[in-house]
Amino acid sequence: MSFIKARSLKFEYIQRDEEGNVDGVLTALDNVDLDIRPGEFVAVLGHNGSGKSTLAKHLNMLLQAEEGTLWVDGKDAMDGANLWDVRKCTGMVFQNPDNQIVASVVEEDVAFGPENLGVPTGEIWKRVHKSLQSVGMEPYRSHSPNKLSGGQKQRVAIAGVMAMEPKCIVLDEPTAMLDPHGRREVLEAMEALNREKKITLILITHYMEEAVHADKAYVMDQGRVVMQGTPREIFSQVDTLQKYRLDVPQMALLAHELRKEGLELPEGILTRQELAEALCRLYGA
Amino acid sequence: MSIILDHVYYVYSEKTAYETQALKDICLKIGDGEFIGLIGHTGSGKSTLIQHLNGLLRPSSGSIYYQGQDIYDADYSRKELRGKVGLVFQYPEHQLFAETVFEDACFGPKNQGLSKKEAQLRAFAALRDVGLPEEYWYRPPFGLSGGQKRRAAIAGVLAMKPEVLVLDEPAAGLDPKGRDEILGQVAALHRDLGMTVILVSHSMEDVANYVDRLLVMDQGSIRLDGAPREVFRHYRELEAIGLAAPQATYLMQELAGRGIPVDAGATTLEEAKNSILQAFAKIRTGRL
Repeated sequence: MSFIKARSLKFEYIQRDEEGNVDGVLTALDNVDLDIRPGEFVAVLGHNGSGKSTLAKHLNMLLQAEEGTLWVDGKDAMDGANLWDVRKCTGMVFQNPDNQIVASVVEEDVAFGPENLGVPTGEIWKRVHKSLQSVGMEPYRSHSPNKLSGGQKQRVAIAGVMAMEPKCIVLDEPTAMLDPHGRREVLEAMEALNREKKITLILITHYMEEAVHADKAYVMDQGRVVMQGTPREIFSQVDTLQKYRLDVPQMALLAHELRKEGLELPEGILTRQELAEALCRLYGA
Repeated sequence: MSIILDHVYYVYSEKTAYETQALKDICLKIGDGEFIGLIGHTGSGKSTLIQHLNGLLRPSSGSIYYQGQDIYDADYSRKELRGKVGLVFQYPEHQLFAETVFEDACFGPKNQGLSKKEAQLRAFAALRDVGLPEEYWYRPPFGLSGGQKRRAAIAGVLAMKPEVLVLDEPAAGLDPKGRDEILGQVAALHRDLGMTVILVSHSMEDVANYVDRLLVMDQGSIRLDGAPREVFRHYRELEAIGLAAPQATYLMQELAGRGIPVDAGATTLEEAKNSILQAFAKIRTGRL
């Protein structure tokens, strides 16, 4: 049973000149198939312009494909009548924390979503409390968002989505504008939601390290899904990834280079601990 | 010939409830032709520091000298200084505004008072130096990809022919290949044109790969200053101020701690690889 199921999705951006004649066509999604199970943590990787953000926007119907089928939580996302149902079950978090905070106090910002859904006041406060707690921002509930760091703002944005109680959250490069500390905060908050609340997580990123803990990863290039599998399967194909303008995590790359030089290291090394263990075993230390 | 900061202090919103000491007693000498990395977590004072280098911010106390001259002397032209110390802000592509990439690159030199012809020559050279293919020069900047826009924006600063180039996170938001291309291009400007470069970065791997000297800022002060190898040896101190060493350094520390004779100070993947191979070559010959 899939939570999200896409078959042959196709989407084109059409450029028009001043008279409205078609000037150029950019195929942003080209025959995309997806199968995401409830509660899965899925990473979508790809270089700038590979179509991953366009794909993300289809998952809560900000964009609608011209061709293909898309089912989100059993609802047909190609049918405009389902727009609000689909948006209720799929929340989005975008790259720039400053573009998605609407209120002047943290708790009001988090309350904005459920209020719009018509949730009763008492229930809203419960949700605000619960969501802020789950991202570790409860102590800041009466603060002004503009005094928060980027990582903190991004966690408030996640809490705002959480308060609408979606079954799935799509995060479009949520850490691209953050420093390493903020990046870690957001990743930890995100992974905890997936682990503890079983929220389906779709993480769009080009930081390979962030995809290491995903259950499954898709790699996109020119609007197509060109690789899919577990992070371990994907990151063992160093040369293929580089062809798609991507990296592999640092330690996977080092393991790959050492293997090319003749060291007998096992395939599929992703983390520093794994590489250190493998080298020590090989060395007999 | 250099930039000297002598006991520089800077206070934001002085004498208000929001008063913040952003720089504390900064003493720093930047020599000609250096390639410097500047790291520190958000709010450590990096951006405040670089805005002092071309006189955008004026120290609350202390002096700044450019090529031996106090930039706050009554007869010193800070407008000229801004042409000599080029500042590339974060997400510089947000500042592109002209109708074509080429016109955008002409803006700086025109503003410096150069003739149209001279400004165009500068723009040509700058766009070539950042490696932006000629087919994009006469297009509106908005149709370019993220990495190309970034280059176009850097060209706009280079066209003013700065002697010092300061870049605030030039690779932020770019994909891995785009990051390598931009940083490679910056390294080439340093190598081929002898430009002094100051690179603000959040990526320890990037600074380890490119710079010769690393400055670490924390709470408005410079905490560490030295070659990347030296600085990353203090990785525990770096962690205490919210930073870290490159992953390669951690791996090598662990291997050395577990008795494999590798170079525990390696900072790049290349160094780590060579050192590990050497250690394994020794035991192989030993066992033969």
